[in-house]
Amino acid sequence: MIATVYRLTAPGMIEPCCRELSPAAGGVLLRPFRLSVCRADQRYYQGQRSPEALKAKLPMALLHECCAEVICDPSGQYRRGELVVPVPNLPAEADPFIAENYLFSSRFRSSGYDGYLQEYFMEDPARLVRAPKGVKPEVCAFLELVSVSMHAIRRFEGIAHNRRERLAVWGDGNLGYITALLLRAMYPKARLLVLGTVAAKLALFSFADRALLVDDLRAGARETLCDHAFECVGGGGCQPAINQMIDVIAPEGTMALLGVSENLVGLNTRMVLEKGLRLFGSSRSGLADFQQTAALLAQSPRLAAALEQLVGEIVPIRAVADIHTAFRVDAQHSFGKTVLSFLI
Amino acid sequence: MILAAILAGGTGTRFGSASMPKQFLELGSKPILVHTVEKFLVHPAVEHVAVLTPRAWLSHSESILAAACGADAAVTVLEGGETRNGTLRRALDFVEERFGKEQAHTLLTHDAVRPFVTHRIISDNIEAAQTHGACDTVIAATDTIVESEDGRFISSIPERRRMFQGQTPQSFDAKKLRRLMDSLSPAEETALTDACKIFALRGEPVALVNGETNNIKITYPYDLQVAQTLLGD
Repeated sequence: MIATVYRLTAPGMIEPCCRELSPAAGGVLLRPFRLSVCRADQRYYQGQRSPEALKAKLPMALLHECCAEVICDPSGQYRRGELVVPVPNLPAEADPFIAENYLFSSRFRSSGYDGYLQEYFMEDPARLVRAPKGVKPEVCAFLELVSVSMHAIRRFEGIAHNRRERLAVWGDGNLGYITALLLRAMYPKARLLVLGTVAAKLALFSFADRALLVDDLRAGARETLCDHAFECVGGGGCQPAINQMIDVIAPEGTMALLGVSENLVGLNTRMVLEKGLRLFGSSRSGLADFQQTAALLAQSPRLAAALEQLVGEIVPIRAVADIHTAFRVDAQHSFGKTVLSFLI
Repeated sequence: MILAAILAGGTGTRFGSASMPKQFLELGSKPILVHTVEKFLVHPAVEHVAVLTPRAWLSHSESILAAACGADAAVTVLEGGETRNGTLRRALDFVEERFGKEQAHTLLTHDAVRPFVTHRIISDNIEAAQTHGACDTVIAATDTIVESEDGRFISSIPERRRMFQGQTPQSFDAKKLRRLMDSLSPAEETALTDACKIFALRGEPVALVNGETNNIKITYPYDLQVAQTLLGD
């Protein structure tokens, strides 16, 4: 079978290419059902990556957030028509100490390897997770992003000390919202603080105990505001955010860094040392994170419903021009997820 | 039911010295016919695929399709007719015999040698045929179309924006197609080689479905080279 792959060949240019697939040769044949745009995809689309990165990674099909429909599964594990979420991280080996998403040998879709903007694609059945029952496909489209928060929280649980009474999230964007929501669900008794820069966005964090503008934060020299903290800011804002976290976190606290920055970040290491802080990086996610996320969403209808707040415009994709529309629409919004309804 | 009839009746005379009809030539790692049939088989709405092939190629068609799609795939290989209309009648006979004459069926007819058909084109055909009774897949004409009555001089040049190039699938309400085909006189039967033309001649609507420029028909060796280039990444 010949299937079309919609590849970014240069910033702003998407070209259909053809590829041969063998549905009966093993692997699950899938068709994207709902897709979602990630900031990383937008950076490729807008040419905001370095010329070297663009040269090395393009042409490439974008999008790694996907809810797909099973077309056929020779292994018999999945029924035709079932909705699944594929894991975009594709490990080539297993390591007893290094998680699959940190292995240099792993490939990642829409980062040097074709993403899901494809008419059909094949996947190992072991790299699929069933879409949780009762969760809308538009939310399942960005389950990958939810699993990124889940991954950071699971790592936090292995690193941080056990006083987890006051948790804080910096960042009022999608990742901050999701991370705060997961912390609320997983630590219902903890006091949850969210810090951001846009009052209108912070208003959506009504489930948190407090949502504050970073400029309104006041802490005395001996006063601390959280036991542990999660940075979900990224970009140019992550330096002041991380330093503010260092200022207000309690000694021996753990700080999770999730935001991507293209630039080097200057940190107040004197205070990191003085407080004995633990900083850890967290990036992407793996199969276990997808499975735990799907299980949590299946058990927590309120959490799944709260994630629906993130669903922004749903763009029907019937032609390449519609893909451009989706990226343009997405670029106009600083909050929420643009979802592609894949009809092409 | 929604069914596809893959018209693989060509004997490949236009393919010069090729030893087999063009639908059996390899594109990538498989015969062109297999690529085409697979595209309909994987579409969630298509319930059965009939392949109409020259008599001499029946068993070859069955073998290559069983090898690629599995013996239990919803595919039936049938002998095609002498003409396009004859092949179409055989497809209708099969649909009626196997799936009931009284039931409503949507029949998508497609050239075996158009393996680049897309999921979207198939979906749009189903929707248009079910809504309007018939549809044709087309792309806007990019070349100026020149009409000549005698083949020597231009008799007219139609306005290009009103011109479209026909592709396939062409899709129909099967009962309606049967009724209109049965109404053809012997002279019309010979002259009307396009099922959509039969609808148009009888004043029945035929909706246009947007095709794709790469939904090419592999007719000449040049086309096969183009197809291989499209696939070769």
